Amino acid sequence: MKLTLRVWRQRNTDAPGAMASYEVDGISKDMSFLEMLDTLNEDLILRGEDPVAFDHDCREGICGACSLVINGDAHGPERTTTCQLHMRSFADGDTIDVEPWRASAFPVVKDLVVDRSAFDRIIQAGGYITAPTGSAPEAHATAVPKPDADSAFEHAECIGCGACVAACPNGSAMLFTSAKINHLNVLPQGSPERETRVLDMVARMDDEGFGGCTLTGECATACPKGIPLPSIAAMNREWLRAVRKG
Amino acid sequence: MSTEYAAYTTGDPIADTKAPGGPIAERWDRRRFEAKLVNPANRRKHRVIVVGTGLAGGAAGATLAEQGYHVVQFCFSDSPRRAHSIAAQGGINAAKNYRNDGDSVHRLFYDTVKGGDFRARESNVHRLAQISVEIIDQCVAQGVPFAREYGGLLDTRSFGGVQVSRTFYARGQTGQQLLLGAYQALSRQIAAGNVEMHARTEMLDLITVDGVARGIVVRDLVNGKISTHYADAVVLASGGYGNVFYLSTNAMNSNATAVWRAHRRGAYFANPCFTQIHPTCIPRTGDHQSKLTLMSESLRNDGRIWVPKAKGDTRPAAEIPEAERDYYLERIYPSFGNLVPRDIASRAAKNVCDEGRGVGPGGQGVYLDFADAIRRMGRDKVAEKYGNLFDMYERITAENPYEVPMRIYPAVHYTMGGLWVDYDLQTTVPGLFAIGEANFSDHGANRLGASALMQGLGDGYFVLPSTINDYLARHPHHDEVDDSHPEAAAAVRETRDCLAKLLAVDGDRTPDSFHREIGELMWEYCGMARTEEGLRKALARIPEIREEFWRRIKVPGSGEEFNQSLEKANRIVDYLELAELMCLDALHRAESCGGHFREESQTPDGEAARRDEEFGYAAAWEYRGTAAAPVLHKEDLVFEYVHPTQRSYA
Repeated sequence: MKLTLRVWRQRNTDAPGAMASYEVDGISKDMSFLEMLDTLNEDLILRGEDPVAFDHDCREGICGACSLVINGDAHGPERTTTCQLHMRSFADGDTIDVEPWRASAFPVVKDLVVDRSAFDRIIQAGGYITAPTGSAPEAHATAVPKPDADSAFEHAECIGCGACVAACPNGSAMLFTSAKINHLNVLPQGSPERETRVLDMVARMDDEGFGGCTLTGECATACPKGIPLPSIAAMNREWLRAVRKG
Repeated sequence: MSTEYAAYTTGDPIADTKAPGGPIAERWDRRRFEAKLVNPANRRKHRVIVVGTGLAGGAAGATLAEQGYHVVQFCFSDSPRRAHSIAAQGGINAAKNYRNDGDSVHRLFYDTVKGGDFRARESNVHRLAQISVEIIDQCVAQGVPFAREYGGLLDTRSFGGVQVSRTFYARGQTGQQLLLGAYQALSRQIAAGNVEMHARTEMLDLITVDGVARGIVVRDLVNGKISTHYADAVVLASGGYGNVFYLSTNAMNSNATAVWRAHRRGAYFANPCFTQIHPTCIPRTGDHQSKLTLMSESLRNDGRIWVPKAKGDTRPAAEIPEAERDYYLERIYPSFGNLVPRDIASRAAKNVCDEGRGVGPGGQGVYLDFADAIRRMGRDKVAEKYGNLFDMYERITAENPYEVPMRIYPAVHYTMGGLWVDYDLQTTVPGLFAIGEANFSDHGANRLGASALMQGLGDGYFVLPSTINDYLARHPHHDEVDDSHPEAAAAVRETRDCLAKLLAVDGDRTPDSFHREIGELMWEYCGMARTEEGLRKALARIPEIREEFWRRIKVPGSGEEFNQSLEKANRIVDYLELAELMCLDALHRAESCGGHFREESQTPDGEAARRDEEFGYAAAWEYRGTAAAPVLHKEDLVFEYVHPTQRSYA
């Protein structure tokens, strides 16, 4: 396959950025999207040009590092992570736009790399259960009903990639934040910190400059792990409950 | 050159592993009781550096901070949550015996020593088995959503090469869930100000003062700034070195730099040739392949492995009748069948492919077939157990494993070798500790499935936080070290020089081209099956590649910016030395053992022949300079409880 790539280039956070065009040839349908970018970068290095910077690590859809907006969609046309997107989803001769996550809470570091540390700070605000090492009771001391365990798991699957924020017209982190709150709040172990968790995490989310939710639903459509949209409603319920409880 | 390197010398054996004596079940208690403690009020005065935020590093950072130490922690990813532990799929072992199926701490200990083919230290392995039960309790308390039964209790399954059901799991994402537990505990300590977290920061050297670890040199990957950090102890939790093979199941950025540069500063490197080749990975599709994806070996619980009986049979799987299929693991190993240990499954797959009976592109694959499982359990039950793995397979290959059998092939997955550590997990450099996959660990020559997560968390949550107390209590550093100290200044200068040299060559080959070349060489000669001839060839070739690297490497850009090519090239510098030590270690160990098969050492019927009399030791290598012959120090392994037998899985 022969493709034209239009890629966002930006030297650093403070520099202005622009789209730049590149031709790539000899692309196999079996390549992953990132392997296609590897091919481009090998060419750029040999031509003495700066290769395109992009975040990536596990390349098996679980670490959450990769983060490209492809033809306007976070992670591209398939419902998966960029690293699991293959070139068979494209046709010979296609022009493909590649951009970083766009959100004011995720400043660009270089080219396609953004700073997602705001997500870490949301977790630090309360996305944990206080259980210092050594203090744990026997694992079978508390049974957890299977539906609750399954629901916790479904939300715990979030990989923290940030596609939800990138897809949202408001740059909102509601889906990410709700996933963690619903993972922990549904479990008996998470219950003692249930109110402070939701209040502190939501407050931190707002402080970080993420936008509000207008229930557009783009987040859940883009989420490679299928975190469901009602997760946000559940978080709102938890938040209201906590506020009322005062 | 290579003959000089291969002419290593043998130094003093390792005299003291610090493992306590007495009955094995009491040793850990005894060590903890004999250890000196640090007064809680004094702990905040101690700084501890932790490099890495995977299961071992995340757990250690969180726990040390909970105890009151001031932790300074580093990871090269943009977030501590992305460490490669996150990709572990299958599960974590624990001797809970919830199934009442005959499991016990002693059986987990026994299985691990035997599975490791009698090349691990008994005292450490027993401690690991004891701690396994506490790990599960700890993770459940943190909210790790393990799979549960309808009654609300934890579900377990049996896992590669084991006959009891002791593996706890969270669908196919156990590593992710355990890591998020550790990450969240760490996040709590970051918020509390007890952990100073440096993300996107890579360790490039160890600073020792009078032979004692006192700090590290790091590079900020965003702006390229080189800086130093000092502490009373340094803990390396930087993972394994499987990426020396270029293609492996490791994440792209997993690397050997932290451990290798610590090795250059005096830490012995043990059993570097002990690498694990995982039998169930998705085969490669072409030269563009950048990494290999593991399919959890839990799939072997229900999938059946086969190839056509005839060579060169290119019919689609569905058109090959039952009578013309060879379920070779079930045939050769009737009692373990598809659940034989990893090394046996991997080698058997290579053998049938070498015979010309492999399937898929290039004949480098075997079938893993779920047709029987779907008939027996129903498609829904199969989907519940393996749904995400099947989805992942389909995304990568565009084939639906519910309808056509998966194709799998072995790939490098885990490294049992690593920095040599004593019972306290301290390296041969005082004050430098290594935990998780970074140390030479408890897995001997072959790791059992679902044991890496156990060891990483065991080291991080329970072992290191106990043993480091003793070190800190006995070595209160009252002197301050800073950049003006000659040894610190030298480490910084050498780090800068290496980066400047990489940028200055301005040759005509990319970092990846060298990485691929050294990786292919290692896979060919230091992979599943090894020969003296092949290893000598590799040892002759590596210095040539190294010489060419420093003549032809091309790294664009500068060192004062975000520069992924520079990061990569700098890691290859270390692979080019590590690869040589791996080949030397493999050459000297003229036996077949655990994960590796030495063709000159086999039984008349082609099974691996271990040679305990000559090689019943851990090989700890001392660095003497690039291309200089290293010194071998042997740690004799004594088996008081599990007596060495040749493994038999027939």
